[in-house]
Amino acid sequence: MSKSIAFIRTEDAPSLPPPSSHVGWRKWLWDNMFSSMANFGSIGAAIRSVLIILLTVTLLYFGLTVIWSLIKFALIDAVWSDPDTLKRGICATVAQGGVAEGNVGACWPFIGAKGKLIIYGRYPEMELWRVNALFVGLAVGILWMVWERAPFRRQVGILMLTVFPLAAFILLTGGNVHYSSGTWTTFIALTVIFLGGGLVGARNLLGEVMFALSGFFIVFGMFVAAALIAMFVTSLDLGLVHVETANWGGLLVTLVVAITGIVASLPLGIVLALGRRSKLPLISYLCIGFIEFWRGVPLITVLFMSSVMLPLFLPEGVEFDKLLRALIGVALFSAAYMAEVVRGGLQAIPKGQYEGAMALGLSYPQMTRLIILPQALKIVIPGIVNTFIGLFKDTTLVLIIGLFDLLGTIQSTFTDAGWATPVMSPTGYLVAATMFWAFCFSMSRYSLHLERKLDTGHKR
Amino acid sequence: MADTSGTGRRSLSTLIYDEKFRGIVYQIVVAVALISIVWWIVGNTLDNLQEQDKKSGFGFLGQTAGFQILSSLGTSLVDYTAGVSTYWDVFIIGIINTLAVAISGIIMATIIGFMMGVMRLSKNAVFNSFATVYIEILRNVPLLLQIFFWYFFVLRALPNKRDKLELGTENFAINITGLYGPEPIPQEGFRWTMYALLAAFFLIWALAKFAKRLQENTGKRLPVFWLSAATLIGLPLIVHMYNGSPLLWEMPEFRDTGPKLRQGFQASGMVIKPEMIALWLALSLYTASFIAENVRSGILAVSHGQTEASSALGLKASSTLQLVVIPQAMRVIIPPLTSQYLNLTKNSSLAVAIAYPDIVSVFAGTALNQVGQEIEMIFMMMLVYLVLSVGTSAIMNWFNNRMRIVER
Repeated sequence: MSKSIAFIRTEDAPSLPPPSSHVGWRKWLWDNMFSSMANFGSIGAAIRSVLIILLTVTLLYFGLTVIWSLIKFALIDAVWSDPDTLKRGICATVAQGGVAEGNVGACWPFIGAKGKLIIYGRYPEMELWRVNALFVGLAVGILWMVWERAPFRRQVGILMLTVFPLAAFILLTGGNVHYSSGTWTTFIALTVIFLGGGLVGARNLLGEVMFALSGFFIVFGMFVAAALIAMFVTSLDLGLVHVETANWGGLLVTLVVAITGIVASLPLGIVLALGRRSKLPLISYLCIGFIEFWRGVPLITVLFMSSVMLPLFLPEGVEFDKLLRALIGVALFSAAYMAEVVRGGLQAIPKGQYEGAMALGLSYPQMTRLIILPQALKIVIPGIVNTFIGLFKDTTLVLIIGLFDLLGTIQSTFTDAGWATPVMSPTGYLVAATMFWAFCFSMSRYSLHLERKLDTGHKR
Repeated sequence: MADTSGTGRRSLSTLIYDEKFRGIVYQIVVAVALISIVWWIVGNTLDNLQEQDKKSGFGFLGQTAGFQILSSLGTSLVDYTAGVSTYWDVFIIGIINTLAVAISGIIMATIIGFMMGVMRLSKNAVFNSFATVYIEILRNVPLLLQIFFWYFFVLRALPNKRDKLELGTENFAINITGLYGPEPIPQEGFRWTMYALLAAFFLIWALAKFAKRLQENTGKRLPVFWLSAATLIGLPLIVHMYNGSPLLWEMPEFRDTGPKLRQGFQASGMVIKPEMIALWLALSLYTASFIAENVRSGILAVSHGQTEASSALGLKASSTLQLVVIPQAMRVIIPPLTSQYLNLTKNSSLAVAIAYPDIVSVFAGTALNQVGQEIEMIFMMMLVYLVLSVGTSAIMNWFNNRMRIVER
C-alpha cells in the first residue's frame, strides 16, 4: 500500500489576526483622516489632497490653539482666591498696580464676589430663600417631567402649568396685591353669569338657545373663574415682604422672562394657529396679520414698543411695571412663533383624522380638544423646545430697555472700579456664555432625543 | 298665530346649529370686539397725547437734527451734517446702515455656513469635529453676548488710536478706531464703467439663455461659468481702461511724527468703524451656525441612490455634485435659508447695544429722544422691518419656485 500523497485538509487553518493597519487606532486614523487626503492618482486629485492636508493642519492648529488658550485662561493662569481681599489687586499684574506675576487668566474671585448679584440681582438678602425655593421647585418639576418613567407625570405637568406660576408670582413679589372693588365685582359677575348660565342652560332650563350656547358659556366661565381664583390667591396677605421687580436681576430675571414667555405663548399660539386655519375669513386674516406682523419685526422693536408705547395705550393713571411691560411684549412676540410651530403640527395631521372625528359626530371644540390637538402637540414638542431655546437666548435683549437679566447684570458688574482689570470682562463673558450654553445645549439635546423618540412609527 | 311663533322658534334654534350662521355671528362678535378695543386704545392714546401736550403727525421729518452720527456707509452716502440735515436724512441713514450690515452679513454667513455644513458631513475627523464644535457653541450662546464679546473684548485688544496694525500692505491697517483702506473717488467718465457693468450683467443673462438652448438642441455644453466670469470682469475693465481709469484711490494717511495729539490716522481714505466690524462678525458667525445645520440636513435629504445612479451613468464626482446633489439639496435648503436671512436682518437691530447707527439705534433711539413722537417713529421703524421681511420673502419665494421640481 503506497502512501497517498493527496492532502486533504481536515481542519481550518487558524485565522490570522487582521493586519495591524486594519484594526484599532490605525484603522480609525485611516478612515477618518488619511483616506480623504491620500489620493495622488492624478494631478487634480493630488492638488486636492494637498489642499485638504493644508486645510486640515491649519484647522487642527487653530482649533488646538483656541482650546489651549481657553484652558490656560480659565484654569492654568487663573486667579482662584483672594485671601487678603485685595479685590482688583489680586487680578492685576504688577505693571497694572496689582500683585499678580506673569500672565493673568480668569479672575474667579471677582465672580465669587459678584455671584449673588449674577444669580439674584439685588433681591433682599433676607428673602433669598424664596427665590431658592422657587429654583428648587422648578428644577424638581422639570426633572420630573423629563424623566420618562416617573409616576404622575401628567399631573405634575398640569401642576407646573397652573399652580407653579401662581406660587412663583406670590413667592417672588410677596403677593398681597390690591385689586379695586370694581375689578372684583366685574370678575365675580362674569363668573356667575357665564358659569351659572352655562350650567343651568345645559339642563335645558333656559330655553333652546341657551342650551345650544351652554358649552361656550361653560368654557368661557371656567376661564373667568380661573382668573378669579388667581386673583383671590394673589390678594392674600401671607406675611411676605413685598419685593419690587426693580430689585430682581440676573439669572432670576432671565428665567422669569423665558418661562413666562413660554407659558403664556403656548395657549395664545394654539389659539392663533387654530384661528389661522379657520374657514371664517375675518378670523383667519386677523390671525395671519397678527402672526406675520410679530414675525416680521425684531424683538427689540417689540420691546421698545411695549416699554414706550404701551403706557400711551392705557388710560391715564394705569401704571405698568417695567418688567411686566417687557413680559407682555415677549409673550406676544413668542406667541406668533409658537403659532407657526403649532400650525406645522396641525398640518401634519392627516385629513382622515379630521374626517373620522366629524364622522363620529364630534363638534369642532370636541374634535380639536380630543383628536387633533393631542396628536398635533405631540408632533411639535421638539419645535416648542426649539422655540424655547430661541426665547431663552432672546431674553438677553431686555437689557436694552434697562432690565438686568443674566447678561445685563454681568455687563453692569464691569463698571465696578474695585475690580477693574483687563481680565474682568473676559471672565464675565466666559461665565455668561457658559451658563447660557449649558441651558441651551441641554435643551437642544433633549429636543433631539424627543425627535428620535417621537419619530418611530411615523416614518413612511 | 301659535303656528307662526312655533316656526319662528324652530328656525331660531336651527339657525344656531347652522354652521354658516354661526360663522357670521362669530365674525361679527370678533369684529365688534376688535373695533371696540382699537377704539379704546386710540381714545386713550389721544387723551394721553393731549395730556402730555405732544405734537403728532410727520412734520418732524423736515426739522433739522442736531446730533452727530458715527461715520458709516449711510453718513457718507447721504452726506450728513449735524445741524443741517433733517430727521428724514437720519431715517434714510438708518435704513442704509441696517441694509449694509444685513447684506454683508448675509454674504459672509452664507459662505461660512455652507463651508461648515459641508465640513460637518466630511469623513475627515478634523473637519467634522471642528464644524461640530463651531456649530454647537455658536448657536447656543446668545447673539447679544457674542456682539459684546467681539466689540468689548476682541476689538478692544487692537492697537490704540496713535498706533496701527498693518494688514499686508501699508494701505490697509487697523486700530481701535476702525479698519482703514483706500477710498475710491470716481472721476469724470466713471459712469461708463458702471454702464459697462450693467451691460455685462445683461450679457451674462443672454449667454445663460443661449447656452441652455444650445444644450437642449445640440447637446453641446458651453463653459458658461468661465465665459460669464470673463464678461463680468473683462467688459467693465476694458471700458475702464479705455477711459483712462477714471477712478482715484485716496489712501489713508497715517501720521506718526509731530505733536502727539495729531498722530494717528487722518481724515482721509475709507474707514470701517469697529461697531460695524463687531456687528458684522457676530451676526454672520452666529447665523452661519444655523445655516450650516440647514445645509447639512439638505445634503442628507438627497438619497444615496441619486449619487450611485449618477456614477452609474458615468458622471465624474464633481459633475455629480454639481448636477445631481446640489440642485436637489438646494430645494430643501432654500426655505429655511430664507428664514435665516430674515433672522439676520432682524437681528441686526441689536446694533443698538453697541451704538452702530442702524435704524433702531439712530432713529428709534437718538432721534426719538430728541423728537419724542413715539408712535410715528416706532411705526416707521417697524414698517421698515416689515417691508424688508416681506421683500426678502418675496425674492426667496420666487427663487424657490424656480428651483422646485417641475412635475408632470
